[in-house]
Amino acid sequence: MSKVVAELKYSAEHEWVASDGGGPVGIGISAVAADALGDIVYVDLPEVGSTVTAGETCGEVESTKSVSDLYSPVTGEVTEINDAVVSDPALINNDPYGAGWLFKVAATEEGPLMSAEEYAATNGGEL
Amino acid sequence: MSENYTALYEQHKKAGASFTDFGGWQMPLKYESELAEHHAVRQSAGLFDLSHMGEVWVSGPDAAAFLDYALVGKLSAIAVGKAKYSLICNADGGIIDDLISYRRAEDKYLVVPNAGNAKVVAAALLKRAAGFDVVVEDVSSGTSLIAVQGPNAEAILLELVPAEQHALVTELKYYAAVEVSINGQDLLLARTGYTGEDGFEIYIPNVDAPGLWEALLEAGEGHGLIPAGLAARDSLRLEAGMPLYGNELSQHVNAYAAGLGPVVSLAKESDFVGREALTSIKAAGVGSTIGQKLVGLKGTGRRAARGHYSVLKDGSLIGEVTSGQPSPTLSYPVAMAYIDVEHSEPGTIVDVDLRGKAEPFEVVQLPFYKRQK
Repeated sequence: MSKVVAELKYSAEHEWVASDGGGPVGIGISAVAADALGDIVYVDLPEVGSTVTAGETCGEVESTKSVSDLYSPVTGEVTEINDAVVSDPALINNDPYGAGWLFKVAATEEGPLMSAEEYAATNGGEL
Repeated sequence: MSENYTALYEQHKKAGASFTDFGGWQMPLKYESELAEHHAVRQSAGLFDLSHMGEVWVSGPDAAAFLDYALVGKLSAIAVGKAKYSLICNADGGIIDDLISYRRAEDKYLVVPNAGNAKVVAAALLKRAAGFDVVVEDVSSGTSLIAVQGPNAEAILLELVPAEQHALVTELKYYAAVEVSINGQDLLLARTGYTGEDGFEIYIPNVDAPGLWEALLEAGEGHGLIPAGLAARDSLRLEAGMPLYGNELSQHVNAYAAGLGPVVSLAKESDFVGREALTSIKAAGVGSTIGQKLVGLKGTGRRAARGHYSVLKDGSLIGEVTSGQPSPTLSYPVAMAYIDVEHSEPGTIVDVDLRGKAEPFEVVQLPFYKRQK
């Protein structure tokens, strides 16, 4: 069963948010989403300096089988994107909560987010 | 919902497969990584459970004449031991299914339709058999089909075939079949496939299928063999430019538009179901000078076209994508689409509407991928 990491918060659209107090928050997609998509071969991320809005699409993730919109779980300015996943999207499958992170946002507002327990219970992940 | 499970369901579950419904069957979509499975078939070998496919025996003195009438090809012309790709069409030329027929004796053929169509095909064959001295027997539910595909397929198979029968395997031609002892059991072995690679398909009674599956996996250990699911099968056949019933082929499509004109034998003497319609479709130039035809599309960017996306030229709708995805072997997006013939010349640049944004694709000759022989 797909892993859910306890310290993170999750959106209904399967993005995770890592906040470490004050600084920009890290964002990625959950293992549940990565496993459902299959082998990811292309990722389109928002540009650094652009503004993303919680609940709105800001990119897409494409696997051999399907394509899925990327929704920002927070509102704010994009401060950094993970260039490594753009050149090697398989990182998202291999390490969705680590090396497969997608972008960072100086968040001014959070969308509705769930705890790891809530997310796992709704989406069939394993803590 | 799928009501059908193959005899290998437990093997797939044990191997960690994720399942998908296909043609009413619960089939393995992938085991670990569909990309790894795809590459294994191109580089070494993959093992497929194709037990959802149908198997219908046609036997009797009129078997050849009957299939000449029921299918669009000239099945009476193939030699015993050989196979032929053909179509079963309805009276207006629409495609009921594409299928492979193996001639096993002068008066005996094995006809293999697609999973979701097996019952429809068997019923159509039965209905068309009136007046012919033939017996049509649908043995799909008791028969499993296991495929070994990839450059190492032959070496893997030879591990399970006694030395004195090796030549039967090594000399078996593409689109031919032979009875051979595999894992100690006499089975029908065909050199056919749906991947664009060399490979074999083995017909086996359900009860014996798990034993052969495990024997093949073990024999394939030193040859890079891994089980492969329908996701890999789909990307492999798309690269090889092979149509999938339900995507490229349907009752609403005719053989000429689908690029399968050469499969239709208007020259055969006998009548066949669909002859009149297909004769006028061909004479009218459908799929060559008017209407739409099936083409290959090669992406110029990284985003892939998917089934049902619109194809545009200068902003006007000219067709629809039937299958599409990023090609694992070629590393660019590939797709098949029906588009207006006036834009179907290879080299033409068309647009595909990728979720609101037009992306350029180039019309190319199929297949996208051809193995080095």
